[in-house]
Amino acid sequence: MELLWLIPAWPLLGFLILTCLAARLPRIMAGSVGVGSVGAAALTALLMAWDFLKHQPGRNAFTQHLWTWLDVAGLHLEIAFYLDALTLVMIIVITGVGFFIHLYSLGYMAHDQGYTRFFAYMNLFVAAMLVLVLADNLPLLYLGWEGVGLCSYLLIGFWYTDPANGYAARKAFVVTRVGDTAMAVGLFVLYNQLGTLQIQEVMQRAAAAWPAGSTMALLTALLLLGGAVGKSAQLPLQTWLPDAMAGPTPVSALIHAATMVTAGVYLIARTHGLFLLAPTALTITAVIGAATLLLAGFSALVQQDIKRVLAYSTISQLGYMFLALGVGAWSAAIFHLFTHAFFKALLFLGAGAVIHALGGEQDMSRMGGLKQKLPLTFWTFLAGAASLAALPLVTAGFYSKDLIIWQAFASPRGGLGFWFMAVAGALLTALYTFRMVLLTFTGPARTPVHHPPGLVMRLPLLVLAFLSLTAGFLETPHSLGHMRVFSGWLHTCLPEAGLAAGREAYEILFELLAGLAALCGIFGALRLYHPLAKSRYSLPESLRQYWIKGWGFDSLYDRLVVRPYIHLAQFNKNDFLDLFFVFLAWLAKTGHQTLAATQNGRLRSYAWGLGLGAAAIAAMVVLL
Amino acid sequence: MLTIPVSHGLLLAGILFLLGFVCVLVRRNIIFILLGLEIMFNAAGLAFVAAGARWGQPDGQIMFLFILTTAAAEVSIGLALVFQLVHRLHTLDIDQADGMKG
Repeated sequence: MELLWLIPAWPLLGFLILTCLAARLPRIMAGSVGVGSVGAAALTALLMAWDFLKHQPGRNAFTQHLWTWLDVAGLHLEIAFYLDALTLVMIIVITGVGFFIHLYSLGYMAHDQGYTRFFAYMNLFVAAMLVLVLADNLPLLYLGWEGVGLCSYLLIGFWYTDPANGYAARKAFVVTRVGDTAMAVGLFVLYNQLGTLQIQEVMQRAAAAWPAGSTMALLTALLLLGGAVGKSAQLPLQTWLPDAMAGPTPVSALIHAATMVTAGVYLIARTHGLFLLAPTALTITAVIGAATLLLAGFSALVQQDIKRVLAYSTISQLGYMFLALGVGAWSAAIFHLFTHAFFKALLFLGAGAVIHALGGEQDMSRMGGLKQKLPLTFWTFLAGAASLAALPLVTAGFYSKDLIIWQAFASPRGGLGFWFMAVAGALLTALYTFRMVLLTFTGPARTPVHHPPGLVMRLPLLVLAFLSLTAGFLETPHSLGHMRVFSGWLHTCLPEAGLAAGREAYEILFELLAGLAALCGIFGALRLYHPLAKSRYSLPESLRQYWIKGWGFDSLYDRLVVRPYIHLAQFNKNDFLDLFFVFLAWLAKTGHQTLAATQNGRLRSYAWGLGLGAAAIAAMVVLL
Repeated sequence: MLTIPVSHGLLLAGILFLLGFVCVLVRRNIIFILLGLEIMFNAAGLAFVAAGARWGQPDGQIMFLFILTTAAAEVSIGLALVFQLVHRLHTLDIDQADGMKG
């Protein structure tokens, strides 16, 4: 247990080594440091998990105080790590999936100029993400939160010679910053009202100070929700994630699928005590999640770029998690986060293998026929896709998504409306997932294969495919064995969702319907997009364009915010606040010129000056 | 003995001083400027003498002797300057000597 601090320290050390020795490290060393540090963190995390399960610490949590960070005027902040079931799940996901993605990057980035720089950023990211989930107080969490934002920026703009990548990086940074600002304000309000920022303490004091439904609780919950919405790319701040695909594919897998974007879900689950005091905020969370999952699902359906399909799909799956959080199904949200990390990382890595094999081609209309040429990639990708589409019984995605769909109806906060949106989302998910699979892997080959994936790229695919299929058996519904390993474990730190009265009877019916929706989606995709399919239904072009552009949010924000701001900036080019200082400079300059003109070298004008001065003094003496 | 009121003496001194000062201001010829300065010295001296007469003290006349001495010294420096001016600029016009300007 005392080695907890090592988990974030390993990747941080890796980052320091890679940065300080950058050019002097041979490639092979840089790769081993980059992968090894995360591997060491993963091993330490497993050790922690074993230790934690063996000696259940008191109150189901373990806190490690390292040192005092700040101690000013009553604000006492510590660098302290807090380990409970929720954190443990997160660190296992981050270090485990992170390790396999790092391993994969060895192959994917092998011929890249910025090999060392890539691993340095990735290690820094993993360190920041671990600080985020291990943080015992909110400012430390915020440090990790900003750290992952910074790394996301650096890695989206990793190939910085293309201005479009730099633009995407800035967009991601600025848009998430909107949410981060809300979160920072939330922290200020919490400290102002409760006098502490230690997370557990905050929840205890909030419960004592604020009655359920009070304005203060609602305000702080909404501000924290703002941060979560920005980081997790939910409506209305979702626009950055599709553009974030400009980064290398392992980055998309690690940051924009498995870990960073789930930080918002983690934040809400971590501060659930606060959200429980503000039922309105929870309802808003659920509505945001449900709306986002549908909107992103429709957009994913029409994208041509394989990575953008996956990006919208990530937004949509995060929408499921927000929906689950909003209806109070905390452990279901975390369970979906857990399985999603595996299958979405797998899909990104599979897509990366395809892109790598085709020499950088990302357009699905120019892929096809890869089933024979990249069989391993195909089968593993298919496993990930089946899991994303929630193919009943055999995939992890089925168990986690099904749990959310069921809770969206059955939880006391849920209802038929949420259930319906979730099921419609499941249908859409299956449809776009298999559209992607069919367009990429079947039909005639359109681009020749250059580099088939090597061993270091195949191994992560296999491991993640295995996990995508089996991780779901940790938690199965009543009707299917009723395993409760995951939620039983999480309920040591998150409250149980509970069921509304009289709804358990419908469980089998609703599960069948949800399963049926997924099957319908898959079947629909086969009918519509299989190369041998006869029916060719295409959407109206204008609607298709509208969805491709993500429901026009970009142009809306462009008009509402970006352009007015640019106009304002141009209007105020000669900054009007600056006028005062410009005036001061003008005054000094003019005064100098005037006084210099009196220094004309003529004796007689000096004499005039003398005379007038004397006269003035005399006049003053006489008159005053 | 006819006594002149001190105010008359001071008034005359003031007029002389002003005349001398106007001469300094308006003439460009350096010799006339030096003359103007001499007149101003003497105006000041006259004021001392008038004041000394008013209080029946010798101090005013002693001060006038000092002024005469100073004036003599001033004239010697002034004439040296005139020589330099003529030597370097070949003119007596003081406005030509305006090299030291900012």
